[in-house]
This record gives sequence, C-alpha cells and structure tokens, in this order.
Amino acid sequence: MKLADIAHGRSGDKGNHANIAVIAYTPAGYAWLRKNLTADQVAAYFAPMRPSRVERFEASNLLALNFVLYDVLAGGASRSLRIDTQGKTLALALLQMPIEISENVAAMKRAQPKEVK
Amino acid sequence: MKTVRIGNGCGFWGDNIDAPILLAEQVRLDYLTLEYLAELTMSILALQKQKNPEAGFAHDFIDVLERLRPLLHSQPQMKIVTNAGGMNSASCAVQARAILNQTSLHARTVATVAGDDLLTRLDELLTQGHALTNLDTGEPLESVRSRVVSANAYLGSRPIAEALSHGASIVITGRVADACLTVGPAAYEFGWKWDDWDRLAAATVAGHLIECGAQVTGGLWCNWQDAADMANVGYPVAEVQSDGTFQITKPPGTGGAVNNETVSEQLLYEVGDPARYLTPDVSADFTSVRLLETGPNTVAVNGARGRPATDSYKVSIAYRDGFTASGTLAVFGADAQTKAKVCGQMILQRLERVGIKPEHRLVETIGQGACAPGVFSPTGAMEVMLRVTIRDSRLSAVERFTKEFAPLVTSGLPGVTGYTTGRPAVREVFAYWPALLDKSAVQAEVVLYRQGDITRQRVT
Repeated sequence: MKLADIAHGRSGDKGNHANIAVIAYTPAGYAWLRKNLTADQVAAYFAPMRPSRVERFEASNLLALNFVLYDVLAGGASRSLRIDTQGKTLALALLQMPIEISENVAAMKRAQPKEVK
Repeated sequence: MKTVRIGNGCGFWGDNIDAPILLAEQVRLDYLTLEYLAELTMSILALQKQKNPEAGFAHDFIDVLERLRPLLHSQPQMKIVTNAGGMNSASCAVQARAILNQTSLHARTVATVAGDDLLTRLDELLTQGHALTNLDTGEPLESVRSRVVSANAYLGSRPIAEALSHGASIVITGRVADACLTVGPAAYEFGWKWDDWDRLAAATVAGHLIECGAQVTGGLWCNWQDAADMANVGYPVAEVQSDGTFQITKPPGTGGAVNNETVSEQLLYEVGDPARYLTPDVSADFTSVRLLETGPNTVAVNGARGRPATDSYKVSIAYRDGFTASGTLAVFGADAQTKAKVCGQMILQRLERVGIKPEHRLVETIGQGACAPGVFSPTGAMEVMLRVTIRDSRLSAVERFTKEFAPLVTSGLPGVTGYTTGRPAVREVFAYWPALLDKSAVQAEVVLYRQGDITRQRVT
C-alpha cells in the first residue's frame, strides 16, 4: 500500500520552506495518519533533500495533517537551481510513501466518486 | 438575504488570459478580482519602472480591461478589484481611466491603493530603528541593503473598502495580502467592523480559496481523473453572506470540479500553522471551518473563527543575487541516465577549462526523480532530459555557460538530441527577504481618479 491509497494532498512554498498537506479520505484514515505519520517519519523520508526540521500541524476538521519542511527548497523560488523550485511536487512524492495497515483498510479508502452533472 | 458574489479570474501573472472574460460572461458577479503579484514579481516591476517611469505594473490587466468593456456594460453592478498596480498603481490607473473615458463608462471612478512601496523610505526606516531583520535567517538588512531593488508592505483590506466607499468601481492596488482582494469588498458590502474577527476570518478563508484561480475548481486536484473537461475549467466564485458564511462554486457548464477534496487541498495550500493564518486584517483559524457539499460543484464553508491581527505588516524585500541560466538536452538509449550525467559533467569541465567554476551548479536527470532529489531510486528509463543549471555573481560566467550545450550535439555521447531552441536565456536573480514592520510606520492612501479629477484620501 501507499499513502495515496488513503489520502490526497497538495504542496507549495513559503520562501525556502515547503508545506505538504496530507488529507485523509475518511475519519478512519485520519485516525491512522494522526497516529502513524509523524513529523520524524516525514523528515526521514525527505532526508536526501535535507530539511533542517519538519513540523506537523493537525486540522481534524479537514481530516488533514499539514507538514512544514524548513529549508528544503535549496534556496526557494528564485535562487534554487532545481527543476521544482517551489516544492509543488512534494505532496505527490510523499503520497508514494509505502505504508502497512493491518486492519480496517476498506474504511480508509476513497469512496467511489458521485456522478456530478 | 444579501449575497455578494466575488469571482477570481486570475490567480497569478501568467494565468490564462481568457479566464477573466469567460468568467464575467458566464455568471453574474458583484466583484471580479484579479491577482497578479507573486513574491518576486515586484522586483521585476521595480526594474521596469526604473527604465520607464510609466511602466512597472501588470500590463496584462489593461488588455483584460479592454476586453471586459462590453461586460462592464452588460453587468453594470460588477466592480473590479486587482493588485495589478504592482510598483506603479498610478500609471495603471491612468491607463484604466483612459479606457473608461473612451466609452459611456466615463462616469465610473478608478481608485488606487498606495503606501505599500517602502523603497524610497528604506534608509529612513532603518534610521528610525526598524531593523527589517530577515524573518527566516535573522540577518540584518544592512548585509544586502545596497542590492535591494524593491521593498513592499503587504497592506490589508481597509484601504480597499475605503476606496469602494468613495464609489470606486475599479480598485487597483500595489502589494496587499492576496486574500484582501476578497475581504475588502465583503467588509465594505456588509459594513463589517474591523474588529469583527470571525467575519474577517471567514472572508479571509474565502479569499485564500479563490486567490489562486482554478486551483480550487479542479486545478492540481489529486483525483483529476474525476474532473471533467479541464481545458474549460471554470474559475471560482465565492458567494458570501453577511454572517461570513459562504459557498465556493464555479459557473454552470464549465469544466473542473468543486468538492470537499478540491476545497480542502486549496485551503491548506501554502499554509504553515493552519490555526494561525496571518493577514494584516486578522489571524484566521482554518481549523475551525466546516466544509459541506451542498450541491453540484458547490461547497458551503462556515464556522470560521478569527483572532486579532498582529501589530505588524509583513514586508517583502527583493535584492539582486547574481545571474542564472539553465539548459536542457534529451538523452536517449539503454544507459540514458549515465550518459546524461557524463554530458552534464562535460559541460562543467569545459567551463573549468576556461577558468570558470560556477558558484552554484546542479546536474539533473529529469525522468529519474529530479523533482524530489534522492527520495526515489532511478527507474532506468530509456530516455531522460539532462538539465544543467548554474547561478553565479558574474554575468560573463553565466553567459559563457549557455554556449556549452550545443557542442554536445556533435562532441557529446550517442543519443543526445533536442537542441532546437537556441542558447538558454540568462536571467538575473532576485532573492527574497521577508521581514516585519510596525503598522504605525506605514500610511495607506487611497487616490480617486474621476474623469478629469484626481483626489487623495488618507486611510485611518
């Protein structure tokens, strides 16, 4: 399984820092995220990009965790030499994180979308 | 109950130029907002103004206004609020005024919001003891003072509301916090007090949600497969009520999607602590809002809570920081990634041969996880894009660098191709310096441009 099986998200920049919102599809998924997706884990996952620290905020109203990765953008929008100067892809990178969930998986997955005309 | 309909037709300078016209054609709007200023846009505009005293604003807005003229007739209630003024709101207003004067719209009032530009006051502010210390690094501004090209305070919603109260139907600002393009009209329409923190927070949430245009109506949505007809994505409309509750929606018949997923993704976009989203107007608590899908492509947002604003404005300063260029070449073959890395090193070695060691350099292989370098293992793709980028304080070094890509088409490794667009362009780098400044040090001003008459109002 991957994080993307139970959550969606979006990322962006604030100067040389990036934020990654990870949003669970269901309350059960949020409970799992809140317990298991720690700031330390996210810091370890992105260690090759050398964030100076990672801070986690909770927004239970949105079933979301918001991670701020400090100093992770190699200089930020104008100074960074990287192709993704603004961390726009980091949410998708995090959602590729392999996860193991032993029980209640079905209650964490996204419901089939409603037909919207 | 009165509802104020605020649509955003431009999320940044470079957004789709047809979007504001389409949006105004598709739905009835009380306000059309247009957002043009990214963090470093001001530095570019400042240099344009240095070269030409009549330049320095988002000129795209004038083209948009020209195209909107028929809609200003068919939707006479619709007002425009935009930060297109950039570094030269006055010049922008004069050009907007000229468009109105040509038609029966000549009785309408254009207003500018001024006071955000601190460039000419910088030394005075430093002398007065405003250190403008870098918020991220703690360094004093003196270390880069001589290289500063722009310095602007993010003003709040009050001058926008003030301009509207004087009858303006087009409000042109310089730097304001993006959400204020929405908060100003809402506060004016409903007569909210400036310590009505919950309502100001609610409108701030609305403004934050629509300020990036289609990013809340299906743009960037993780489940994009469920969004219909993204080429014709509808731009967002916030329908705001007097108690601050609002709905996010998009015009009927347009592409994209508005649902809890698109709204929650955008609500947390570029946010730090979601319980303290700071603007000049309020500290908004995004963790207090409730989202409810109330109809097709409609999400109701309520429950927003706010706390008093801080005593300072955020200030965005830009300073010159050398030059950069970036070139790409496609590399094909079974060992594409290895060959790309070798080619990248060849470019840097040939620079060293003539005595240039770039201060900052990076070789990337696009197609092998370059967007999150080091996080993913290489995939062994059949083709990759080699991208080499340098940044250096010497313009000559960067110019020489741009001449080292083409030679690889003959002297490089097999499978190198894709060199068709000429030498890479050299760009000057402006670095970003965030700071805080006491609100008491900044005086916002509203200037009204009526036909043949200009008057100034201080905002208290």
